[in-house]
Amino acid sequence: MADGKAKSTPLLDIRNLRIEATVYPPGEAPKTITLVHDVSLTLEKGKVLGLIGESGAGKSTIGLSSMGYGRGGVRITGGEVILNGRDILKGGKEGFRKLRGREVCYVAQSAAAAFNPAHRLMDQVVEAALLHGTATRAEAEKRAVALFKKLSLPNPETIGERFPHQVSGGQLQRVMTAMALCSEPDLIVFDEPTTALDVTTQIDVLAAIKDAIRDTHVAALYITHDLAVVAQVSDEIMVLRHGRLVEWGGTRQIIKEPRQEYTNALVSVHEIEHQEQQPGTAPMLSVKNVTAAYGGGHVKVLKNVSVDIFPGQTLAVVGESGSGKSTLARAITGLLPPEQGSVVFDGRTLGNRLADRPKEDLRQLQMIYQMADVAMNPRQTVGTIIGRPLEFYFGMKGRERDKRVAELLDEIEMGKGFIDRYPAELSGGQKQRVCIARSLAAKPKLIICDEVTSALDPLVAHGILKLLLNLQQVEKVAYLFITHDLATVKSIADSIAVMYRGEVVRYGSKSKVLTPPFDAYTDLLLSSVPEMEIGWLEKAIAGRRMESAGN
Amino acid sequence: MLDIRRIPLPSLIGLVLTGLFVLAAIFAPLIAPHGNGEIVGDVWEPMSSTHWLGTDNLGRDLLSRMIYGARITLFIAVLATALSFSLGAILGFSAAVFGGWYDTILSRLVDLLMSIPTLIMGLVVLSVLPSNLVTLILVMGILDSTRVYRLSRAVAVDINVMDYVEAAKLRGEGSGWIIFREILPNALSPLVSELGLRFIYAVLFLSTLSFLGLGVQPPDADWGGMVKENKDGIVFGIPAALIPAAAIAALAISVNLVADWVLNRTTSLKGGRG
Amino acid sequence: MSSPIVKLVAQRIALGILLLLAVSVLIFAGTQILPGDVAQAILGQSATPESLANLREQLGLNQPAYIRYFHWLGGVLTGDLGTAMSSGQDIATSIKDRLWNTLFLAFWAAVVAIPLAITLGLIAVRYRNGWVDKLISGVALASTSFPEFFIGYLLVFYFAVQHQWFPAISTVYDGMSIGERLQAIALPAAALTLVVLAHMMRMTRAAILNVMQSAYVETAELKGLSAFAVIRKHAFPNAIAPIINVVMLNLAYLVVGVVVVEVIFVYPGMGQYLVDHVTKRDVPVVQAVGLIFAAVYISLNIIADIAAIVANPRLRHPK
Repeated sequence: MADGKAKSTPLLDIRNLRIEATVYPPGEAPKTITLVHDVSLTLEKGKVLGLIGESGAGKSTIGLSSMGYGRGGVRITGGEVILNGRDILKGGKEGFRKLRGREVCYVAQSAAAAFNPAHRLMDQVVEAALLHGTATRAEAEKRAVALFKKLSLPNPETIGERFPHQVSGGQLQRVMTAMALCSEPDLIVFDEPTTALDVTTQIDVLAAIKDAIRDTHVAALYITHDLAVVAQVSDEIMVLRHGRLVEWGGTRQIIKEPRQEYTNALVSVHEIEHQEQQPGTAPMLSVKNVTAAYGGGHVKVLKNVSVDIFPGQTLAVVGESGSGKSTLARAITGLLPPEQGSVVFDGRTLGNRLADRPKEDLRQLQMIYQMADVAMNPRQTVGTIIGRPLEFYFGMKGRERDKRVAELLDEIEMGKGFIDRYPAELSGGQKQRVCIARSLAAKPKLIICDEVTSALDPLVAHGILKLLLNLQQVEKVAYLFITHDLATVKSIADSIAVMYRGEVVRYGSKSKVLTPPFDAYTDLLLSSVPEMEIGWLEKAIAGRRMESAGN
Repeated sequence: MLDIRRIPLPSLIGLVLTGLFVLAAIFAPLIAPHGNGEIVGDVWEPMSSTHWLGTDNLGRDLLSRMIYGARITLFIAVLATALSFSLGAILGFSAAVFGGWYDTILSRLVDLLMSIPTLIMGLVVLSVLPSNLVTLILVMGILDSTRVYRLSRAVAVDINVMDYVEAAKLRGEGSGWIIFREILPNALSPLVSELGLRFIYAVLFLSTLSFLGLGVQPPDADWGGMVKENKDGIVFGIPAALIPAAAIAALAISVNLVADWVLNRTTSLKGGRG
Repeated sequence: MSSPIVKLVAQRIALGILLLLAVSVLIFAGTQILPGDVAQAILGQSATPESLANLREQLGLNQPAYIRYFHWLGGVLTGDLGTAMSSGQDIATSIKDRLWNTLFLAFWAAVVAIPLAITLGLIAVRYRNGWVDKLISGVALASTSFPEFFIGYLLVFYFAVQHQWFPAISTVYDGMSIGERLQAIALPAAALTLVVLAHMMRMTRAAILNVMQSAYVETAELKGLSAFAVIRKHAFPNAIAPIINVVMLNLAYLVVGVVVVEVIFVYPGMGQYLVDHVTKRDVPVVQAVGLIFAAVYISLNIIADIAAIVANPRLRHPK
């Protein structure tokens, strides 16, 4: 398209980009907020630039601006977007239409939602190429099949005949990449293409995307919140925060020698010092041969599971979606009575059903949820939320209760000022802290933490993990930590249980579980967790023994 | 606490109009210039300084009839709404919390009742029941409670599976705390707006029944009944029937505006703070 | 071809038939087993014991309720709707012309209302949050608060009395030409249209908006498709099922509106027939007509469900 251009002019040159949006808060006058503050970037042909940042950093907004597109009420109010030597912002609607799907293509986070359920995949894959007249239908389909092959999709000849709902999530994500590549664009915007996938599926999709980018010499903006992922595919990385540029440099420089404090925090986010404790002699809670099922015994989700938790220690239960890890928590708490097996706490067997357990047993076993905002009643204040267990278990009232609530707020590093706030007035991290305080209020011996950090931005999650570890020191409480994220596990666990399709496939102290020789699944899981190391992806793919579940 | 200047204009209009209708209904005998059945002039006299809205098909003062009509209309609609709401909400909530066969039987029964248009079912039963106010209120209330049941059950079922309710159950809280402290405060705002809608529906349904001659029986008349009384004048160009009909529309719109406003105020999760 | 669809549709139809049976029980029960004596209610306080006994005999009230029900149901299934008590005429014969009249009226109301509502809905979506959208939504909200007779008499007052463009009373008789008939039903059809228009338009608007805000429409825009092509190729195939659903639900609503509108315009249809005989407490007629209305209503709801099933690509192309 721009073949005649000299090599020195970049493919994409964004200068002083300013993006604004109008928001309509209920019951107030509409206001204009600035999402992106004068950000500039350049991208050479065939290079990959990673855009990284937390939610609200403006990274997707910047990515879409290269196509002249703004979601919702978002508009570009300043700066220039120069693509192939011309400012596309001056081209108007007609100009945008001509470049979208021809010069720049887009790969969305959720391919499952981004494909039209009413059309076959092939029709959607070749649509842009046909529309812009860059290929005949036969050519485009041939190209698409070749791309399906390159992206190692199963049955590349016939997969285009299928409808989106007939194909798995990881495969759809690759079909979407093929769709972007099919019109042979100069630039592809990847918007968190692997975030919604399980970790063992993510690695395959990531490898496929990387190969495809390399072989087709397309340039790419790769948007993600995961620095370790972006380090695998990018030549350069740009760190953004609150719509402003923090740091921009080569991938090696960003991850090895970050110059800004914020970048450094992102790079070192997984490093938490935690000395592994040896298992004691008597477990505090024992899960003995538990089998559980939903739907009246038809769908077995736990098969003969046994684990122990020792006082003041942390057992991490790791697995992908569908592994039964959250069901284990439900079985322990009595929400899902096991069909077989038992749960022994402090030497006595707990009632199978929640209704059969005395108040004292309930107090000793508390739970923290993944989504803090739905785990708190939106109509109760922080004071009521934390104060209720005090009232309920210890009969505390009035001044005594308020004093204890204030102490607990102190412990979770939040001030007394929060006592009258409603959950809607708190940030994501603060909400999770209040949930932690609510569980601590009961003075439990064990807290079940169900994916408590997975909905949070990395730095906030880091703070929550550190808080949990400190509290463990002070309160001598044990944790059952359910997660899909092995990095979290390495930071906080004393022992680990790896679950796969309802069974515990590997179980023991942290050092033992994380030391080879591994079983096939643990190997796959461990080797799939992105590391902040250039070249990790190739090594990991080469060293794998087991096919991931996504295929 | 409640700053009048912060109420949006449409809601304010709604509030004032609704207030006027309610006052007219309560103080009808004090406000109305003439008695309800009193014949004061010729048939269908035009609007004049003595009879602001003219006279009706029998020569009664239309304004006075309207004021008394407001009383009957609001009285029946309020009672029918109260009945449908308490019946529907109690059954709906309990079905959601208890579940099991209780829920199944109630829900299937409601499905069945809702598969017949309300007006048709109303006509069918009114063809055999005695025509009096009690029957009218019962029929309207019971038929309409199916809608309230659907909504309150759906709302309660949604809330019942939220993590905060599960957290309360894990804490060991009893059904009382769960229904009244966890579910009810969160179900309130959809229910309040539904209350407005149900009331409007009750007014319209009652008017329709009376218009068809099956609602309030003469010599009493609600607004729908007054439309029926005066409808023959229309073809002679006498607009007397349009006045009560417009009053029904005005009442429905103003209640709608108020319900909207209440809904907006109660959905804020920040305790009324910015 | 696709067996799950056939199965689901068959299930839905079977369920509908079951529901109709249950509804027939309900309608029968509603008129027969309610507290109070039907015969007494019909004849009023002045009834003599002899006339009461006669009437009970005539209504078959001396037999147990379930026998009377099966007798009635058997009759309905074979096209015998019984005889009207007030006139002694065969109900099926009296209904035939009236049913045709009602369907004629409802058909023309639908012919006007459906395209109009969909067009207005599309306009509201196209100029979303602009003044056109707000105006349309405001008018729609207001008109849902209007009783049917208010709309009807406003039309009469303006078009029949002040301008005399159309008759105020819709008289139809045998031998009328189609043009004359259309002239006669112009006002009631307009009133019916207005009654369902607002609701149908708002629901259409919501259905299209829902589709327009989905990620695949964004994908299409990012391929460079024109606004029209996005709507035609990507939004429309997914919006068609919800729109059919909206249309059917509102046609069901129209069935109710027709009762009042027929009374306003003294139109010889099913609605007026029903209201007349409710006033006369003619139970057999009320049962028969009530059942027919319910059957139409339920059938439209079934069609709405079937449209949703057939249009769902997940069901049309199973894994």
